[in-house]
Amino acid sequence: MTDNSRLTTNYETVIGLEVHVQLDTKSKLFCACPTTFGSEPNRNTCPVCLGWPGSLPVLNEQALKFAVKTGLALNAEIAERLKFDRKNYFYPDLPKAYQISQFDMPVNKGGHLLIDLKRADGSLEEKRIGITRAHLEEDAGKLVHEGVKDGSLVDYNRGGIPLLEIVSEPDLRSPEEAYAYLLALKAVLEYLEVSDCNMEEGSLRCDANVSIRPKGEAKFGTRVEIKNLNSFKAVQKAIQYEVERHTKVLESGEKISQETRLWNDDKGQTFLMRSKEEAHDYRYFPEPDLVPFTLSRESVEKIRATLPELPADRAKRLIRDHGLSPYDAYTLVQDRKLANYFEAAIKEKAGAKLTSNWIQSELLALLNSKKISIENSPVKPADLAGLVRLIENNTISGKIAKDVLPEMFETGKSAEAIVKEKGLVQVTDTKQIEEAVDKALAANPKSVEDFRAGKQQALGFLVGQVMKETKGKANPKMVNEILEKKLKIST
Amino acid sequence: MSEYFSLTLKEAQKAAREDSAGVLASVRNRAAALNPKINAFVRFDAAKAVSQSGAQGLLLSGIPIAIKDNICIDGWETTCASKILKGHIPPYDAAAVEKIKQAGGVIFAQANMDEFAFGSSSETSAHGPVRNPWDLERVPGGSSGGSAAAVAADMAFAALGSDTGGSIRQPAAFCGVVGLKPTYGLVSRYGLIAFGSSFDQIGPITKTVEDTALMMNILAGHDARDSTSAKMTVPDYTGALQKDMRGLKIGLPKEFFIEGLDPEIEKSVRDAAEIYRKLGAEIRTVSLPHTPHSVAVYYIVAVAEASSNLGRYDGVRYGARMPGKDLKELYFNTRSEGFGAEAKRRILLGTFVLSAGYYDAYYRQGQKVRTLIRDDFQKAFKEVDLILGPTTPTPAFKIGEKTADPIAMYLSDIFTIPANLAGVPALSVPCGFAGGKLPIGLQLMGRPFEETTLLRAGYALEQELQLFKQKPILS
Repeated sequence: MTDNSRLTTNYETVIGLEVHVQLDTKSKLFCACPTTFGSEPNRNTCPVCLGWPGSLPVLNEQALKFAVKTGLALNAEIAERLKFDRKNYFYPDLPKAYQISQFDMPVNKGGHLLIDLKRADGSLEEKRIGITRAHLEEDAGKLVHEGVKDGSLVDYNRGGIPLLEIVSEPDLRSPEEAYAYLLALKAVLEYLEVSDCNMEEGSLRCDANVSIRPKGEAKFGTRVEIKNLNSFKAVQKAIQYEVERHTKVLESGEKISQETRLWNDDKGQTFLMRSKEEAHDYRYFPEPDLVPFTLSRESVEKIRATLPELPADRAKRLIRDHGLSPYDAYTLVQDRKLANYFEAAIKEKAGAKLTSNWIQSELLALLNSKKISIENSPVKPADLAGLVRLIENNTISGKIAKDVLPEMFETGKSAEAIVKEKGLVQVTDTKQIEEAVDKALAANPKSVEDFRAGKQQALGFLVGQVMKETKGKANPKMVNEILEKKLKIST
Repeated sequence: MSEYFSLTLKEAQKAAREDSAGVLASVRNRAAALNPKINAFVRFDAAKAVSQSGAQGLLLSGIPIAIKDNICIDGWETTCASKILKGHIPPYDAAAVEKIKQAGGVIFAQANMDEFAFGSSSETSAHGPVRNPWDLERVPGGSSGGSAAAVAADMAFAALGSDTGGSIRQPAAFCGVVGLKPTYGLVSRYGLIAFGSSFDQIGPITKTVEDTALMMNILAGHDARDSTSAKMTVPDYTGALQKDMRGLKIGLPKEFFIEGLDPEIEKSVRDAAEIYRKLGAEIRTVSLPHTPHSVAVYYIVAVAEASSNLGRYDGVRYGARMPGKDLKELYFNTRSEGFGAEAKRRILLGTFVLSAGYYDAYYRQGQKVRTLIRDDFQKAFKEVDLILGPTTPTPAFKIGEKTADPIAMYLSDIFTIPANLAGVPALSVPCGFAGGKLPIGLQLMGRPFEETTLLRAGYALEQELQLFKQKPILS
């Protein structure tokens, strides 16, 4: 990637994201077909979602409830009057040649989402990203080209699955902010349990609108829309790519043309899909098969009452009640199951800060290496709490604990049992440590000399020798103290 | 063999109880003999009909019924009389078909129609034009021309039609039979292949008003599969029939008695009003001031919906496919060859009025005028219980007479379209003959879901005139 540090200083990036969320309902948006992923092609279909002549749509109320729930969590205004519209275009994956969507009266309007951006100094900065709207629509089917000679096949299993399209304001200013927004949005959706947010299965899909403008300029630059972004990383990379492309175009005195581009993840480039002139005229008009209806405020309030604690509130609570650093707190809450694990562990009287560290470093590393999800961790929250408690009451050192955890992971035994079995209890007896220190000093006169000559690293070597002598079991803090004291005395 | 075929549905109920095989054979033979002349049916299958008739003692046990070719029948090719749906076999029954089957009815024929119900003469069918039983050189009206002609020619005791802008009533009037377009939402549209979704209604075409009431007892009612279906208690339509018109206020809209209205038709309708007066009704003049805009508004809003509804016929999933070297060519070839001229005209019109830059001037404006027309009816129905006028401005015209002039063709629906725009129920009942041989129909329009009042008034007139006893001569 080229160095664009000079270029980006002259321009400001403006990004708006459109996120398509598959709602996790049992049946499709307008028929009773199941929404299960991975079924045999065209198994989950019926006359309605296949658009057979004469069939008619009936709205799935659960999908509407999920949409309202999401709107409430995004601080949006929930429409009182609801209507659906037809978006007309031809494509084989769209069996009716129109998609039932919402055009000018979306279910949710004008909300916002708070995202947390990491500053250079490691602290966090909260930013408010406006949500323009979120509307309900049906998903399309899928074309299959692989392994097909002479044409393509269509699988309509996905056709008619409810989608909530969440459109942000052009409030994002960098690829990193876009990434943070997606993480925060995904967290909210997971907390609400309205979507499984599985990127690989396409439950979460994103299009990005990107433009740049000279810094200080109030007017937006010409934007392009990027499609085919299959991961959050791809969103970040594609935006970065477009920013650089726009910058080069503008620097060379040319103009950006408004167009839709496709991201190619393998090549790391975007390619022209269609120009503005080729853009579809969707000929939206009210869907006559679904009558407009009123969404009562009571029903909205009923849904509001089911809202769970959301990630941002949870992070604030963890900071306030458990003294976590904002960074730790926000990292934990980003993944609901991780935060659940954390809270279950600290209920077992393990210190919050240490528990958080152990989850985020050692435990996650182990889980990732074995490709196990947190909820299936063989080390249960209470087990981890047991380990943390042993560190906290000085029974074992952190260093020893790092050997104990993998053992717990493998065997399922408790930390206490492993420590007892292997005799790993930390040596905290002053006399015993002093003896080991004396031995180390006597055996390494050169290092003692070096230390006295001002070489600090000699101390580290001597600590290591003491630990070796005690088979790693000496309390490291005590070793340090005694060693320093002895070195000073003998000066 | 006795001539069961000439019976009314009501009479056939009794006959079928005693001799269901005979009833069926009578109608089947009649249809087989006349269909080559009239072309009322696109498909009829006596064998299937026989195998269906089983359950006894139901409302329609053993009664042969014809279904318009745009209403889905499970396992039967259903094509809307279009080449583009050739070979399309629906995997399910329309709600109305389901109800007829449940009532014991014997579905044995599919009625010819204008392609996708686009037309007022049944000449745009891919299966060739339907002929009017009263004069084989004339059209039976449309789009449910096959349904009306079949009933008029005693080829079925009743037929289902669909009415988007007059497609039940206008052919009923041209063929001298009874046709009801129910209130929008009274009969489920599930399984009716859509033309203008906010207008379409399924309704019966029968020999008498009493038969229509009987059919409505079967067809009406809420269906959860149709979101526009009304949740209401269905009245007993046959129970509402009576000759006494006292207490009813009937309005004659002045906008329906205009230049271009055939004088014989006008006289016939005014004579009928006089009969109502004699039967105790109060006759008044009312105004539906926005009537002159009806046809224009209809040809904006209905074709807009049609253009979208017909998008799915692309050769990908069902019906005809005309291959091409790529996707675009497949679409172009399939739709160019599959649709007839009138379907193409309406798709183009509808696509145009929904296009960016034209939407406000056409579609949005059309919807506003539609609201005004609805308001017209609401106001009128504060003064009167029923609105009475001609169903059509002229009697049946000659085959080929209007095919070259779409506007003239569209204007033949001038009196039927307002009821669809307003969603109100409307009934066409025979009220005379023009030139002594071509049937004339009058139209009664009522308040939403007051079909009982419509049927009561239709029945009273029918009992006075006894026109259903007159039959076309078809030897």
